[in-house]
Amino acid sequence: MATKEYSFYPGCSSQEGASSSNYLKSVQSMCDVLDIKLNVIPDWNCCSASIGYCGGGELPRLALSARNIALSEQHNAGQDIVATCAACWLATKETQERLDDDAGLMDETNQALAEAGLKLKNDNKIRHMVEVLIEDVGYEEMGKHVKKPLDGIKIAGYVGCQTNRPFGIEGESFENPKYLDKFIETMGAEPVENYDKKVSCCGGALAFSEPEKSQALIKDIIEAAYDGGADMIVTPCPVCQMNVEVYQDKINAKYGTKFNIPVTYYSTLMSVAYGKNGKESGLNGQIIKAKQLEEIAAK
Amino acid sequence: MSDLNTGMVEKYRNNFLKEVEANVEEGDWVKMCMQCGVCSGSCPLGPHWDHPPQELFMMIRAGKRDEVLQSTSMWMCTSCYNCIVRCPRELPITHIMHGLAHYATRLGIEPKGQPTRQFAQLFWDNLAKNGRVNELWLGVNLYFMNGFVEGIKVAMGMAGIGLGMLKSGRLSLKELIGGHTVKDKKGFKAMIKKAQELEAARVDGSN
Repeated sequence: MATKEYSFYPGCSSQEGASSSNYLKSVQSMCDVLDIKLNVIPDWNCCSASIGYCGGGELPRLALSARNIALSEQHNAGQDIVATCAACWLATKETQERLDDDAGLMDETNQALAEAGLKLKNDNKIRHMVEVLIEDVGYEEMGKHVKKPLDGIKIAGYVGCQTNRPFGIEGESFENPKYLDKFIETMGAEPVENYDKKVSCCGGALAFSEPEKSQALIKDIIEAAYDGGADMIVTPCPVCQMNVEVYQDKINAKYGTKFNIPVTYYSTLMSVAYGKNGKESGLNGQIIKAKQLEEIAAK
Repeated sequence: MSDLNTGMVEKYRNNFLKEVEANVEEGDWVKMCMQCGVCSGSCPLGPHWDHPPQELFMMIRAGKRDEVLQSTSMWMCTSCYNCIVRCPRELPITHIMHGLAHYATRLGIEPKGQPTRQFAQLFWDNLAKNGRVNELWLGVNLYFMNGFVEGIKVAMGMAGIGLGMLKSGRLSLKELIGGHTVKDKKGFKAMIKKAQELEAARVDGSN
């Protein structure tokens, strides 16, 4: 198969030494196997996620994503823009939609972009990496590259919010999307059936500002995974991953639980199943070690 | 009270709905709410809102300006988009909540000490400085947002998590000085400034 090329928007949390740098690592390993070439948008900026609204009004926030799209049009012409971060994808796609709908906003956005020497056409497709996997690669092809099936691991597929709403993945429902379970199955592991908290919110950015309220939500997400017999949790979102992994000690201290469940990305699973080693799969980025994956990766 | 706030009160008198429609992001959708309450029932932090979205929409129509804009409610939005996809009238509720929070801030009458209000402002200031988020400073500023003594306490409580992130290579001390940035900082800042000016002319200039 010919190499697939995309214009890539990695986002702040994927940068070196940032909270989901391990996500990027595993994505690179996965793409290497699937012959996917990611051309980083030169000089991309933050999308302001979904928490920039206090200081940034509508237009400044739209301008942020518009700058990324315009840079992509200029440097990676004709390529679909792909993001791995749920918030990056959402903010960029939202911007494209809003500007498409409103000629006045589009005009003002271009006035702002002109200050940076840029102009927006806004005709690129904005996609999440899981869409590329499902639609351009396909489950069958994804399965063909499995060298070490993840036998005997039971996994709760935690889709979360922003990869699922408001846009979601074509052909999937908002209340019970199946693609993550299919990823897990394709890699030879067993998905938790009817995972109760599959699309529940982890608190998102409010895990920082409202820790107790958010940790109560996270507790339910983890509990439901254990209830389904899960050995680990897997997610497509950097904020979900971090929130569900790093607060387990705090939740244990408050609620008397004994949570100690690893939380990885779909790409971590794929990288390990594709025969990449622990480091290439970003396993050293786990705070709660994914021991079963480490064992398979070391084989 | 800011001049802008006084000006808006003067301008719209008893028609708060009209004020929201003209000045709040996606505000022209508010009148479409049919008060079914699905949004309120779908919100993960629902029990913590003084006034859930459906109530805010009715309060806007009832002209309860101060009660809405000074409320901590919309700062409870986690941006999970559950309300948006479930709303039978397809109101962009998440965006309206963000819009109300931003408008209250613009007028200077938002609940200043509300933690998400503080964090959201920190996040914006952080990204606007270098074009990319500096996670280390974001964390430090967050812990110390309620003063030094409180900050030390919070930071100590979070030390375990911070250490875990450092050890796993997901937090870098390099971010303390400099850190990640866009190259065209000048163009980036000029773009943001222009966008802010254009928006201000639209909202503030309507006085």
